Amino acid sequence: MTSDYARRYAHLVTMPTTVPAYGTEAAERLASMADVTASDSALRRFLHGLPGVDAVGLQARAATLGTRSIKTTAKAYAIDLAISMIDLTTLEGADTPGKVRALCAKGINPDPTDRTVPRVAAICVYGDMVATAKEALRGSGVQVAAVATAFPSGRAALPVKLADTREAVAAGADEIDMVIDRGAFLSGRYLEVFEEIRRVKEACLREDGTAAHLKVIFETGELQTYDNVRRASWLAMLAGADFIKTSTGKVAVNATPPVTLVLLEAVRDFRAATGVQVGVKPAGGIRTSKDAIKYLVMVNETLGEEWLSPEWFRFGASSLLNDLLMQRQKLSTGRYSGPDYVTVD
Amino acid sequence: MSEKSEKHDERLSVLKTYKLFVGGTFPRSESGRVYEVTDSQDRWLANAPLASRKDARDAVVAARKAFGGWSGATAYNRGQILYRIAEMLEGRRDQFGHEVARAEGLSRTKATAAVEAAIDRWVWYAGWTDKIAQVAGGGNPVAGPFFNVSSPEPTGVVAVLAPQESSFLGLVSVIAPVIATGNTAVVVASETSPLPALSLGEVLATSDLPGGVVNVLSGRTAEIAAPLAAHQDVNAIDLTGAGEALAKELEIAAADNLKRVLRPQPVDWAADPGTGRLLAFLETKTVWHPMGV
Repeated sequence: MTSDYARRYAHLVTMPTTVPAYGTEAAERLASMADVTASDSALRRFLHGLPGVDAVGLQARAATLGTRSIKTTAKAYAIDLAISMIDLTTLEGADTPGKVRALCAKGINPDPTDRTVPRVAAICVYGDMVATAKEALRGSGVQVAAVATAFPSGRAALPVKLADTREAVAAGADEIDMVIDRGAFLSGRYLEVFEEIRRVKEACLREDGTAAHLKVIFETGELQTYDNVRRASWLAMLAGADFIKTSTGKVAVNATPPVTLVLLEAVRDFRAATGVQVGVKPAGGIRTSKDAIKYLVMVNETLGEEWLSPEWFRFGASSLLNDLLMQRQKLSTGRYSGPDYVTVD
Repeated sequence: MSEKSEKHDERLSVLKTYKLFVGGTFPRSESGRVYEVTDSQDRWLANAPLASRKDARDAVVAARKAFGGWSGATAYNRGQILYRIAEMLEGRRDQFGHEVARAEGLSRTKATAAVEAAIDRWVWYAGWTDKIAQVAGGGNPVAGPFFNVSSPEPTGVVAVLAPQESSFLGLVSVIAPVIATGNTAVVVASETSPLPALSLGEVLATSDLPGGVVNVLSGRTAEIAAPLAAHQDVNAIDLTGAGEALAKELEIAAADNLKRVLRPQPVDWAADPGTGRLLAFLETKTVWHPMGV
């Protein structure tokens, strides 16, 4: 009976389901928010109208969620899940094609001694390494993510940023990690940041009509306040970000649990408001399995199980994978493992 | 606690909280556990931390981190630091004499003699740091136009089960040779009398010894030794403080990653130790270098 009603009136219900941010329906949903992004002043009014973040409460909440004890089978599950969520990253000036290929091989098969280890979600490289990574990952199902838009500082003219993005997409990148212009954001030119994200999102379109997924990096270490992080999150989501990401990993303060919690809450509220599901990626400074598991707990408690998959949650990390592998070896053999038993990269 | 002095009635007694020594700091056991340490007459002396396998794991991480710097330091520099430890111990001779006397039930004279012997042992091993290479290594005559040189290299992180009976002289006699050659150590103190070992941590912390080179754990030897013996990132284990049954079990666990194992044997700690313990934790690196042209 109830299901009959549900079916009959489904088209009348304004927001019956959640749609992914990268889908075509997401644009329609965002159009419903068009009034807040119509002008600079409207956008500022909206962003400054967001409720302020209670910093003490936020930190306490993040700390509490970090105290859960995850052991045995739950831990094994969490470790495998975390491995499958990693964007294995190499963003050094000294990157060579050889190093990128080695990293890709590791991403496909993280522990050569144990074939049950899942592969990572993506390999994250600079734009010029995309072709190399794409070639090395062919047929593996591991995505190639490229940082673009004058990463990590974001200090370049818009045409340069767009060209950077198009290059990476043309070379075969499945995902684009862009940085926002923090200078513009901090000086209050929100619409400029908004337009920039929108233009980059357009640049992610491929010729065949599909698009590379867009992750928007806020560099939260440079945004000063939690309020700013919340505003940046909403701004990016309104502009069409598929993922929001904390940091580049290139500044002193990177992903922290409280900042990630702000992002998670923003994503939750955004879905409640628009029905669009956006992913979250904390990056930088997550080095141990323990940290990673704390983040997973936070995701589960804030957003629920729907986000507990590589499609919606990622870790931007490089050394984290080794620690996860060592913990995995410990769980399977009962012996503590050591850095001699994982690759040096 | 039991002996309350009449003279100091108005003064509250200041009891010492013994703590582990890991990575140059003094943490309590991760598990929060302690156990009662008594003297030879079963009178309570103090509560010592009852370390868990996670403390052992943390200690190995600290020791591994310290290995690069310590093994890379010049032998001469290591000798100076070992000598410095002896200097620091000299200043706290009375404290250690007191602790050893209570722990082992010795008279103060005998305890002081043991402490002095231990200090002399540091000095003795301090002298060996830059000389052991000449004894254990050297040029090898080979049938070809090569310089062939062997040199002893530290093996890495060494787990040391300190002797159960000799709480200080024995302890020093097993730690000093391990670190003299550039290894780093995770020491499991005597189960029944760990207090001199925990106090030694305070001396090591103030002797220019880089944090993590020596890590001291107290608790049940069997409980801490098992994960250390199986640990893949420990390169050698000294089973001196293990009983026969435990030693066998640990040796089997240690075989997994081909650890160097020093089996327990009866030792007179007061006698001249020789170079055996220095040589037990060395690897020989041999280099062939073309000669001429």
